[in-house]
Amino acid sequence: MSAPTYDLGRLHGGLRLPGHKQASTTQPILDVPIPSQLVLPIEQHVGEPAQPVVGVGDYVLKGQLIAEPDGELGAPVHASSSGTVVAIERWPVSRRHGDKAPCIVIECDGKDAAMPNPAILDYRSQAPADLLLRILDGGIVGLGGAVFPTAQKLMQARTCDTEYLILNGVECEPYISCDDVLMRERAPEILSGAQVLMHALQINVCYVAVESDKPEAIARLGEALAALDDGRIVLKQVPTIYPSGGEDQLVQLVTNREVPSGGLPTDVGCIVQNVGTAAAIHDWILQSEPLISRVTTITGDGVVSPVNIRARIGTPIQDVIKLAGGYTESAKHLIVGGPMTGKSVTTDEVPLVKASNCILAISNAAPRGDELSCIRCGDCAAVCPVQLLPQQLFWYACADDEKKLRDFGLIDCIECGCCDLVCPSHIPLTANFRIAKERIRELADEKARAERARHRFEARNQRLEQELQEREAELARQKDSAKSAGPAAIAEILKRKQQDKKDDPR
Amino acid sequence: MRFERLEAPYWSPQANVASLMLQVLVALVPAAIAHIWFFGPGFIFNLLVAGIFAVAGEAFMLWVRHRPLEVALSDYSALVTAALLAFALPSLTPWWVTATGALFAVVVAKHLYGGLGFNIFNPAMAGYVVILVTFPMYLNLWVAPRMGDIDYQHLTILQTLVFTLTGNLPDTLGFDAVTRATPLDVMKTGLNNMATVTEIRANPVMGDFGGRGWEWIGNFLAVGGFWLLIKKIIRWQIPVGVGVGLLGPALIMYLLDPGTSPGPGFHLFAGATILCAFFIATDPVSAATSPKGRLIYGIGIGFLIWCIRRWGSYADGVAFAVLIMNMAVPVIDYLTRPRIVGHDDGAKAND
Repeated sequence: MSAPTYDLGRLHGGLRLPGHKQASTTQPILDVPIPSQLVLPIEQHVGEPAQPVVGVGDYVLKGQLIAEPDGELGAPVHASSSGTVVAIERWPVSRRHGDKAPCIVIECDGKDAAMPNPAILDYRSQAPADLLLRILDGGIVGLGGAVFPTAQKLMQARTCDTEYLILNGVECEPYISCDDVLMRERAPEILSGAQVLMHALQINVCYVAVESDKPEAIARLGEALAALDDGRIVLKQVPTIYPSGGEDQLVQLVTNREVPSGGLPTDVGCIVQNVGTAAAIHDWILQSEPLISRVTTITGDGVVSPVNIRARIGTPIQDVIKLAGGYTESAKHLIVGGPMTGKSVTTDEVPLVKASNCILAISNAAPRGDELSCIRCGDCAAVCPVQLLPQQLFWYACADDEKKLRDFGLIDCIECGCCDLVCPSHIPLTANFRIAKERIRELADEKARAERARHRFEARNQRLEQELQEREAELARQKDSAKSAGPAAIAEILKRKQQDKKDDPR
Repeated sequence: MRFERLEAPYWSPQANVASLMLQVLVALVPAAIAHIWFFGPGFIFNLLVAGIFAVAGEAFMLWVRHRPLEVALSDYSALVTAALLAFALPSLTPWWVTATGALFAVVVAKHLYGGLGFNIFNPAMAGYVVILVTFPMYLNLWVAPRMGDIDYQHLTILQTLVFTLTGNLPDTLGFDAVTRATPLDVMKTGLNNMATVTEIRANPVMGDFGGRGWEWIGNFLAVGGFWLLIKKIIRWQIPVGVGVGLLGPALIMYLLDPGTSPGPGFHLFAGATILCAFFIATDPVSAATSPKGRLIYGIGIGFLIWCIRRWGSYADGVAFAVLIMNMAVPVIDYLTRPRIVGHDDGAKAND
């Protein structure tokens, strides 16, 4: 590995977007009361859905394991308050594919009775491997929105030559401010989480990257850092430009190293964790509270007073909206996530999950205007942080030219949406790319299936061929032996054939 | 509560094609005024004729192709084509000549290739070339620039209008009385007659660098062009490319043999160089699209202009240079893809 580099890398393209973060950061984080019902999807992470370990009618305590990971990649789910499991059924959720997913529904009793706290061990005395297993049990996933199970991410990093832990406090997407307020209010906990992570990873450099538009968060982190006096942790300010908070983009900015296409930050010696994740690690390892709540920004012109809230995972969005003063009359669209990459949902029965960093209610997305043909102005290419040529990709996506799409790096598209925002022809490029990616994935699956079928078919043909050859060889052998045999042998064969006929019921 | 579904991102683009085109038109205004000042009101009539036929042609093709009229007509792209054509034509041009060019540009070069965004060739230049091959004689009717000491008869507005409508000059005037050879023509003829550049430049149509009048139009085109650069409607690669491709060889040859090679100043201010660099070659639809590709595309156009001016039988070569480079665009784009972040080298992604 090369020597540490301290110069900031440069990001290609990107956009300076209006932040719209002011409104939600004027007051401290509000706590959402226990809702009457909690809806906990069993799939709140990348990987296999967790398997429920409770049944309908069971009484569960706050912090109790209700679904355990299944398979190599996954995370457990914990009850975020006490109550009775009333259903395990499909429920509207915000997810990439489909509108509904299996959820464990808990009728809360309002007592918030918690599991007895296990003894808290000093993590410094634990072997990193044990610490990783412990983190797995906490149900902790990446809280920046990607929800990759943290334990597995750390385990993978342990197998690589990882030098740097990068805490992502960039939060470059407009409107979202949950990390900002978290850094303001819980800077010491975030840094403590970073120390746990460094111990688990056995690495000695941690960069805390914060965007320059969060001076207060930077100040609080600076104070906490001074109090902590841990020279391994370095605060780094990154320029306010979207999408500098993308994992690969942040690695590039902080270390001036490019994550290879299709690779992971660990390929260049880095691991990135969201600041919220670090705080969750602290809560679990030092306070034994699994991931059962998170900070979420409730904002947009569709709510009365934008605010940041801390809610139990599984709280229906309709219950958290109340803390923002409810909807305005003009609220028309509800988005889980930010205005660039969030997912639009049709109902507010959708629960707040581990991935929900923002609930955005907007009155009316300014009309996009008519979609015109691409005039190849190239503005999209100028802002693409991955340096793709969206205008060419769009062309090939329309033509469904899979080979060209691969050639021009569709797979490398991070779906940040920058190209959409500068397109004078108002082409929904990102949506097109999402569909094209899906299509490529399908084609690859289809190809693999066809390949398997072909293999089976060929194997069968080969087998039949071989059997035929064997039979012919046997026949030839019998003929030969019959020729060379005397009359006695022939009589013997005939007798056997007659015997065979008798045995055959037909 | 129920909500309407949308697709991310939920923000709307600020830019739109219509405003881009409109700004290109605005950028042409100073030069248009200069054009009228130096070469008379013919430009206005040409612009009107080209505009009417371009928009009518566009409307007709949209109707034939069952496309919504309103959207495409309000993007001003047909007007930009018309304006560029009007700049390319002499101020005395009968209406049917202009109409032929405008209709070919919009109907054939643009819509038969699929409309805005799909045309391979620059419509204005395709229209101009059609005029060049069908009505070559009319492209020589440049009136003398209105500069005090050039002793030529100037036409009134009415006389110009009559010519535009009928193709006839007033009985008392012959073409020789009102028109002059363009600086590029004078240069070409002179060089063919073995005159030296210095001798040729003694001709009264010649100005400080290029031709009188033309120089000033060039200045105002450059002003408009820089404004487009500042507004980021065009990017620097193509104008710089055209400059390098044309002025580079011109400078080298001028230094080697100033007697037979006009210098870069002449090439810059004569003919349609500046119009091409900022307004014609920068048409994004028919140009290369990657930054490096645009530089190469511009250099190619500049170099071809120089070649045609030096060795070709036409005095100027902008239209042909642009059309030839239009053909090279797919190859240029393919070979100049930027390196995708996270890929080792070259533009090619691994698959």
